[in-house]
Amino acid sequence: MAAKNSADTPKIALHQIFWQFLIVGAISFGGGIVAYLKELLVTRYRWVDSDEFIVLLSISQTMPGLNSVNIAILMGDRLRGALGAWAAAIGLLLPGGLIVMAIGILYGINSDHPMANHILGGVAAAAAALLATVTWNLGERTFKKRKSLALLVLTFVLMSIVKWPLYLVLGVVLPLALFIYRPTPASKTEAQP
Amino acid sequence: MTSWFQLASVFSMLSLLAVGGGSAVLPEMQTLLHQHFNFSQTEFVHAYSVGQLAPGPNMLAVLIMGEMIDGILGAFIVALAFFIPSSILCLYAGRLWTHIGDTPWRHCLQQALEPISIGLMCSGVYTIAKESLVNWQSCAVALVVGLLLLKTKINPVILILGAGLLGFLSAYVTS
Repeated sequence: MAAKNSADTPKIALHQIFWQFLIVGAISFGGGIVAYLKELLVTRYRWVDSDEFIVLLSISQTMPGLNSVNIAILMGDRLRGALGAWAAAIGLLLPGGLIVMAIGILYGINSDHPMANHILGGVAAAAAALLATVTWNLGERTFKKRKSLALLVLTFVLMSIVKWPLYLVLGVVLPLALFIYRPTPASKTEAQP
Repeated sequence: MTSWFQLASVFSMLSLLAVGGGSAVLPEMQTLLHQHFNFSQTEFVHAYSVGQLAPGPNMLAVLIMGEMIDGILGAFIVALAFFIPSSILCLYAGRLWTHIGDTPWRHCLQQALEPISIGLMCSGVYTIAKESLVNWQSCAVALVVGLLLLKTKINPVILILGAGLLGFLSAYVTS
């Protein structure tokens, strides 16, 4: 696959891939990595075109793991094979990983301090709000349709109220959802996005 | 030694179960860390929350959890275990996927996964919120931050730091 691609896209050096993903990994404070990647690598450098980016994004969302890391893997592979994939993923994770470690060590040193709990109480409340708004924005479409809302509520109830382990929740809800959305003869012709 | 192995197995399993992104496994992560390492809910939510201050993927907070359990080496093991399995899967399954091309089943799988991953994310919100929204002050902070995030384009990191400062000031004034 990589061989076929190198014919129609200019060859991009490994260190360039690493560097661009490192930049996104270092500036994407507060989330929104996919938007940064699109801006930098699709709009500015045209490493992949935006149709292809959407395909890679939809694959990355279907696979387990973090969407941003998955799209780094897929883009890196598209540009430069497996080595490109690892260069992209490591670049994306390295700056945040180092900063997070520094924060973690600071937290470890100060967690006994009485003031730490008050500060972290505020931080945690804001982090909860952030996660809630991200979920709300991502789920807007899902909340509005009856079938998908039912599956969403079922997943939530089994996970958080009944407290099943995750593999069991997936093992029950995924086959059900696949059955509900199974391809029908009609959808074969009109399902193309 | 046993704890290294446990750390690696817990996080590599979570890596492969993270359907629809990292926040989907927050509830399971909290349960497993409590079972295996006696990690408290408060520690879990604190580690997750301060992790939001760093750039990059939000689930890099798992490194803080690894660090709290087993030092720098713990963080390193968690990093490898949480990011490598899903990445290998994505690399090879992604190749296979583009090779096969568009089939009706791909569309079906995407449609099926969407409500499940949003449902799991709601569970993630629940896990974090029930530990962090403990009094009217924290609920008020969350409400204001949530509204600002929905209505404005302020960077979330600034709001999180502001909320931390507010926590500091309120404690400083009352003490």
